Amino acid sequence: MNEKLLGKENFPVFDKYKELVYLDNSATQQKPKRVIDAAVKYYNEENANPLRGLYDLSVKATEAYENARESVRRFIGAKSTKEIIFTRNATESLNLIAFSWGQANISEGDDILVAVSEHHSDLLPWQILCKQKGAKLNFLECDRTGKYTADALRKALTPKTKLFAIAQISNVFGRLNPIKEFAQIAHENGTLIVCDGAQSVPHIPVDVQELDVDFLAFSGHKMLAPMGIGVLYAKQALLEKMPPFLSGGEMIEYVTREDATYAELPHKFEAGTVNVGGAVGLAAAIDYITELGFDAIQKREDELTALAFSEMKKVPHVNIIGADDPTDHHGILTFTVDGVHPHDIAAIFDADGVDIRAGHHCAQPLHQFLEVQSTARMSLAFYNDEKDIERFIGTLGSIRRRMGYDD
Amino acid sequence: MTTDSFYGEVLADHNLHPLHRHELPCATHCCKGLNPTCGDNIELHLDIHDGVITNGSFTGLGCAISQASSDIMLELIIGKTLDEARHYTELFRKMISGEITDDELEELEEAGALQHVSKMPARVKCALLSWNTMEKLLDENK
Repeated sequence: MNEKLLGKENFPVFDKYKELVYLDNSATQQKPKRVIDAAVKYYNEENANPLRGLYDLSVKATEAYENARESVRRFIGAKSTKEIIFTRNATESLNLIAFSWGQANISEGDDILVAVSEHHSDLLPWQILCKQKGAKLNFLECDRTGKYTADALRKALTPKTKLFAIAQISNVFGRLNPIKEFAQIAHENGTLIVCDGAQSVPHIPVDVQELDVDFLAFSGHKMLAPMGIGVLYAKQALLEKMPPFLSGGEMIEYVTREDATYAELPHKFEAGTVNVGGAVGLAAAIDYITELGFDAIQKREDELTALAFSEMKKVPHVNIIGADDPTDHHGILTFTVDGVHPHDIAAIFDADGVDIRAGHHCAQPLHQFLEVQSTARMSLAFYNDEKDIERFIGTLGSIRRRMGYDD
Repeated sequence: MTTDSFYGEVLADHNLHPLHRHELPCATHCCKGLNPTCGDNIELHLDIHDGVITNGSFTGLGCAISQASSDIMLELIIGKTLDEARHYTELFRKMISGEITDDELEELEEAGALQHVSKMPARVKCALLSWNTMEKLLDENK
């Protein structure tokens, strides 16, 4: 554990904007200098088209890329680097599953089960797939605090359920779902489980073998890494049987006019020139997180969540969405203010130099379920501090007055 | 009403105490508008006779800027001809894009309170929602 890595001084953006209070970490995280430097170093010293060039620089680029894949493998506890596919982001990873596995395995009369709180990127690929194939899309319902139960899951699974998709941590509730238990229940039913790890992988240790998920998707940019690099983990046996997603260069073995054979895993799923700079940045981000340690990250984020939660509770007319226990929020506090539209809430925060999110957070069906049109959300990372919370609460307490209410 | 309103008192007042936010069963024309990026929606109800807007109202959900803009728009166009309503829409757009003259601004009366939205690019759509909806209604009923 290296506690020096906790502070904002490691992040150039906070040097540029000294008064910035950044509380939109679930949307994307800021980048430490170390990560930026690693990506810059790659472009300065090792850049060439990897995986095919027969010269030293291309070999260096290939090594940088494949070393990054090994870092990811170790980070999430996968058996083999063949199970680590680099994508642009979690959205692309989930689409890859739907297009490749889905096209080959879903047929008319099958059904897919999706948790109702899913982000649109873990809903629309399944919705589209079901429409194309004449399959049925079913929803697993949660309670108003975002809790899903094993009983409800057992009841929602049918003999025809081929796939169950759920986030490990919801981007609205911040609640941690019992993925290991759910994977077991799904597997007993012969159903595969897709885990959207976009909000969990940056914040808690995730081990794919322990969870026994069939697919895990996550984005680099939500965990200190550059934008444009993401990961799909899938069990090797599944990937072997899945047809390619995109086709073109670098994913082939042998091509004739009529036919082609495809490259070995994982390259079969990485058509075209890949994002080495992004992968190198992601590896540097993983090093950063590993050196800092999840114990320190979780401790800090839990402390800040608890502080923000208890202070928000004291502000009249503020309603927190989800559980009434801060330990169930994992740095995500979604809220409404009575009589004030979330866009106005965000505009007032913005005027005070506090960045938060407002809208439906790409989870419209969930907002319909909660019967709120939209919400505001503050989301923390380990580099936030008590002063950020103080500034956030100061603005929060002024909102009703500044909208013209007398209280 | 407090004096440190974020958007100014005119907007705060129209948002909290709108005159024209209600159903209008007698309306001859209705049109729905949606701002898909934020989910804000409005339903505009107009009572039009012989080319004159004799009454109007709005319903729906939205932020303070969209609500106040709707209320102020109705205040301005009730009793006016369809051509005048189009003229105001044109002026309002000019104001939001920062191209309006002082004389034109005066014509817009209270709608001028939304002038600062021209400096808030993220909120332009909120301010324009009701005006776009009215234009759609007028175009559909040419």
